[in-house]
Amino acid sequence: MLHLQTAKNLGSNLYQVPTLETFKENLAVRGTDLTRGECTTLQINVGLLCNQGCRHCHLDAGPSRTEIMDAKTVADVIELAARFRFKTIDITGGAPELNPHILTLISKLAPLTDILMLRSNLTAIAAEEQRGLLEILTDNRVTIVASLPSLNEAQAEAQRGKNSFAASISTLKKLNALGYGRPDSGLELNLVSNPAGAFLPSTQAETEKRFRRMLASKWDISFNNLYVFANVPLGRFLAWLQASGNLENYILKLAAHFNPCTLEGLMCRSLISVSWDGYLFDCDFNQALQLYMGGRKKHVSTLHDLPAPGTAIAVSEHCYTCTAGAGFT
Amino acid sequence: MDTYYHPKDLPKFAEIREGAPELAEKFFDYYSAVFAEGELSQREKSLIALAVAHAVQCPYCIDAYTQDCLEKGSNVGEMTEAVHVATAIRGGASLVHGVQMRNVAGKLSL
Repeated sequence: MLHLQTAKNLGSNLYQVPTLETFKENLAVRGTDLTRGECTTLQINVGLLCNQGCRHCHLDAGPSRTEIMDAKTVADVIELAARFRFKTIDITGGAPELNPHILTLISKLAPLTDILMLRSNLTAIAAEEQRGLLEILTDNRVTIVASLPSLNEAQAEAQRGKNSFAASISTLKKLNALGYGRPDSGLELNLVSNPAGAFLPSTQAETEKRFRRMLASKWDISFNNLYVFANVPLGRFLAWLQASGNLENYILKLAAHFNPCTLEGLMCRSLISVSWDGYLFDCDFNQALQLYMGGRKKHVSTLHDLPAPGTAIAVSEHCYTCTAGAGFT
Repeated sequence: MDTYYHPKDLPKFAEIREGAPELAEKFFDYYSAVFAEGELSQREKSLIALAVAHAVQCPYCIDAYTQDCLEKGSNVGEMTEAVHVATAIRGGASLVHGVQMRNVAGKLSL
């Protein structure tokens, strides 16, 4: 976590890049700001423990992390979901499959929302078969959002670690066999592709078309949708950017691609994000900076009302990531 | 000037307008149209550009189209194959002229 603390203590802008305008200044110059709309999504980070140590991870998640959501916080989150009817609930991590309370969380949350999503790295999910996780997911019609950065093994494993590519392909086949990503099954399988380096992703439509064609022809794998996301310069990815001398060019490139049209659709406008220890944020990326929702540390158990439309969102220079180009959210 | 090529010069490309703005506009409009999605995808066009950049040995173009290929979803394996295509054509262009050498030599030789 050293590089996160370092980043927090930087000067006028988060990355100490002299020519980088702060995100706040950038909004002010354009006479705009970033405020909340209606809150429709609950995102739950159930812990930083992960079986992988992906090099683009903004939270530095990995096998040695011990921060994991406990039973009391899980109960608090379920209680929150019961009080406020969220259209979407999004479970993330780390590898959420490794949280010991994941089965309870899924079965209790599924009836409380229209769409329950589980973010998966495609390797932890298969290892959890013994606990009946796949059965719970299919029974509750949980949407699986799976990471697959590239169709090229070397490129994918440069980001996600050795032997992860074959394991991911194997899991995708297994999910297809259960009906996930197959037409008319009602079991949605969406893929997420992040670039394997300090460059922006390709356009979503083009990437989806290519992934659909290649996955079908090479492995008979199908999926519903593919989303591309730029890598957020935080956590392990920030450490790599710094060590490799790519930070300045990368953050300046994100800032140069700032597109004000993306602001309206940003996920932070409609989402509250709960950390593994139950604290509230405007998005999962802000967790990496401990940039709390509303500017103060508030626990989920003490939340009486959802943030009202018009409430300010906590921002910093990492926000240039979601606002670049066509936007990533 | 300690070197003819400097990475910081690449973003200055647009300044070439200052000498002959009308010609520059025509060139940049054409350039944008060439790289737009057509019968070939933008990803395929970027790989072709990378190969040509190596054939014409333009450091600016190699830098720009390496980044562009990655951002269009290509991987290093594909990009290396594209460079080999340029290499094969450059090498082949020399070698095929050996036919002329053989013609001349054949005419002159007993």
